[in-house]
Amino acid sequence: MIELTTDTIDVARVIEAVRSPKAGAVVLFLGTARESTGGRAVRSLEYEAYDAMARAELARLEAQARATWDLVDCAIVHRLGEVAVGQTSVAIAVSAAHREGAFEAGRWLIDRIKEVVPIWKKENRADGSADWVHPMIDLPGA
Amino acid sequence: MRIRVRLFAVARQAAGTDSVEIELPEGADIGQLRRAMAAGVPGLGAIVDQLRFAVDEEFAGDGTKIPPTADIACIPPVSGG
Repeated sequence: MIELTTDTIDVARVIEAVRSPKAGAVVLFLGTARESTGGRAVRSLEYEAYDAMARAELARLEAQARATWDLVDCAIVHRLGEVAVGQTSVAIAVSAAHREGAFEAGRWLIDRIKEVVPIWKKENRADGSADWVHPMIDLPGA
Repeated sequence: MRIRVRLFAVARQAAGTDSVEIELPEGADIGQLRRAMAAGVPGLGAIVDQLRFAVDEEFAGDGTKIPPTADIACIPPVSGG
């Protein structure tokens, strides 16, 4: 299951999407909006996606994870638009026969999402400033 | 050939628009597009080496030839999660 949504992520629904009698383990990862970055207070995060490609990349990652760890099921939901501090920005649930594969697949999925899925985050700060977060780029004036 | 390139996040912000049109010779590759955008799109020159490109929703290296009708996007370093 792959979803991009501007709505609040229903974490229970993400877990239920992967629960199965074939599974002995379900692992859930949540990314949540932190209240500060680099000592600066954050009011909210704002996510933008290249929608079609993000879905395609997520589907490729899901397929690769299913094949590598013999997953029973996999669900990835990423939030777009404004996400208030404390709210969930991404939820990843995987189920597998045994916990080792579920933990490894969950860890691998969030790491790869942060490398290849075309989704970007902007930090809206408490002081009114806002910047896109781009690992590897030092923006002039940022 | 004239191709439209989608822009996102900091690239969109730097260029002040969500897509640009770039004129390239037939058979041009992504490397040529990269250089043309650095030269022709205000604000992109400083970050052009960090940009990746996608052809029809898949990452494409600088050696990839650009099909004339392809969907081309400029992908700044991603920061989802």
